[in-house]
Amino acid sequence: MKLKEKLITSFFELENEGMLDLDSNIHKIRSKAFADFENKGFPTKNDENWKYTSLKSILNNDYTVFPNNETVLELKDVKKYFIHEIDSYKLVFIDGVYSSFLSDTTHERMDICLMSSALKNTKYKIIIDHYFNTIANRSGSITSLNTAFSRQGAYIHIPKNTIVPKPIQIIHFSTKNEKELLLQPRNLIIVDENSHVQIIERHQSLSDAIVLTNSVTEIFANKRAIVDYYKIQNDTENASLIDQTFIQQKKHSNVSVNTFSFGGKLTRNHLEFHQEGERIDSNLNGITIIGNKQLVDNHTAVFHKYPNCESHELYKGIYADASTGVFNGKVIVRKEAQKTNAFQQNNTILIGKKATINAKPQLEIFADDVKCSHGCTIGQLDEAALFYMQQRGIPKKEAQGLLLYAFSNAVVEKIKIPELKSRITKLIAMKLDVNYCL
Amino acid sequence: MLKITNLHAQIENTKILKGVNLEIKAGEVHAIMGPNGSGKSTLSAVIAGNEIYEVKQGEILFENKDISELAPEERAHKGIFMSFQYPVEIPGVSTINFIKTAINERRKANGLESLSAKDMLKRIKEKSELLAMDRKFLSRSLNQGFSGGEKKRNEIFQMAMLEPKLSILDETDSGLDIDALKIVANGVNKLKNKNNAILVITHYQRLLDYIVPDFVHVLKDGKIIKTGGKELALELEAKGYDWLQ
Repeated sequence: MKLKEKLITSFFELENEGMLDLDSNIHKIRSKAFADFENKGFPTKNDENWKYTSLKSILNNDYTVFPNNETVLELKDVKKYFIHEIDSYKLVFIDGVYSSFLSDTTHERMDICLMSSALKNTKYKIIIDHYFNTIANRSGSITSLNTAFSRQGAYIHIPKNTIVPKPIQIIHFSTKNEKELLLQPRNLIIVDENSHVQIIERHQSLSDAIVLTNSVTEIFANKRAIVDYYKIQNDTENASLIDQTFIQQKKHSNVSVNTFSFGGKLTRNHLEFHQEGERIDSNLNGITIIGNKQLVDNHTAVFHKYPNCESHELYKGIYADASTGVFNGKVIVRKEAQKTNAFQQNNTILIGKKATINAKPQLEIFADDVKCSHGCTIGQLDEAALFYMQQRGIPKKEAQGLLLYAFSNAVVEKIKIPELKSRITKLIAMKLDVNYCL
Repeated sequence: MLKITNLHAQIENTKILKGVNLEIKAGEVHAIMGPNGSGKSTLSAVIAGNEIYEVKQGEILFENKDISELAPEERAHKGIFMSFQYPVEIPGVSTINFIKTAINERRKANGLESLSAKDMLKRIKEKSELLAMDRKFLSRSLNQGFSGGEKKRNEIFQMAMLEPKLSILDETDSGLDIDALKIVANGVNKLKNKNNAILVITHYQRLLDYIVPDFVHVLKDGKIIKTGGKELALELEAKGYDWLQ
């Protein structure tokens, strides 16, 4: 059975088995999203936004849509996937099912809990109705697919004037060896006035099985809120991820999303910032280091709608072997958005003879008093720098690794959690085969 | 220590070195002077092993072994150092970590243990004082945002740290003001001993007031056309190169 048909059947199963409250607002949203997916199907390369990334190779699998039997993981076996050196809140899912054993949630002064309970519990109804699917609803059919099946994920609500004392880690493990698995986590994060939160998100397959994760996250940063979001993508080469993150910012807020893509078979990061107020700062940073036949596609968009706002975007990519990169950076400056400062930088090094990058900066500026810049470079390693290092006695292979490490360093410097910074540094050093003392 | 015989080298299809002969013994200081485009920098790059140049003929012996097939790092491990005319900037790698890596790679290649942290610190302290370097520089990214003079001083600092047998100073004086020049030259002189050798490549006689050569060679159109003592440098300064044929 083709995946689309299977999903259609599964959706009706979901409705018929009484697993959903069919009269709720949420179900109306789900049904509408489902109709959208049913109508449009999966995107193809004819779709402008998917021109360079074909989903064909990952859609022809017989995915299990509702994994049911619970797997138990021992902390000691999965500890290394956490930033375990620091105390943190944790939301852990195993094959899409919440693991209370590995998690550390809270309802004290703030809600760091499960999407499933937030969707069911009437206590959250006002907030859910106000926020859920209000910024993800304008996107493509694959976002609709997630909305239709959205049941589980992270629900985070930080009330005003709260500095969350420790980072929140959201980790999705997949473990099923025998089955191909489709996971569709859905996260909702609301950070109210003057509040500050740091979030680390990771998807990790623990088996060799084929996994496809179609994840959607909505983040609302209200007045003067600060949100630092980190995505660690270092999955097995049988795991694919389609990640869609939508951010709405109110005035004076500051949101950073940092994406570290080191693994997976196919990774698509769709990242969308909507500025809804003045003096907003939006930061988009990314490092991609891949090889073999891996593909990472970073599609970003920043919508500047109000005056005096900023956006800073820095993406670095290192592509070895026959890997493929896509960078599409859209920046829209509406005519009301005077005095906008928008900077975009995308630097790529191709070290594989068969590696490719499709890079497309896309600036649409309708205001006349703005500072907008973009720089896009694609190159090989600097031969002069290599010779310099070799002359000092550093072997060529080490020198190459060091130069690549140095190349990605500007993004690493943006990480505000020291333990995470050191972890990412180690991951990069490992990827590039350099000695970590640097 | 170094013996170059009938060396011919080219880049792509342009012949640059057309039969260079040069012998440098331990304890000696040699200077190579010559007009622009005569092949001075090519000669130093070829000795250091830059692969963009192709050696067509001749041999380069270092301590009686042919090194012309060796990679740049292998030559460095044998004790050849070249101070670059244009040192590269490497953001994200601090000078201190860079030089530590360089020292330990060389030790590893020579079958030695890594230098202990204590000995490393001691050496850093000693050598940075020798060059009157502010140690804050050492934790900054290698050469990034350094002035021309700071970069050159950093080159000589690395030379001091690595303790090479043969040091090639390629236009080390360019970009230095007179005070920095004195510090750098003073550093080089203090590092000189009877077991090592220095090859200075320069346009101007000025540097040779401070680093006094035993021999001065004139390189013109890819060949050494005249060799003399330190007084030859003064003569060249006064008369230029055109009188030599």
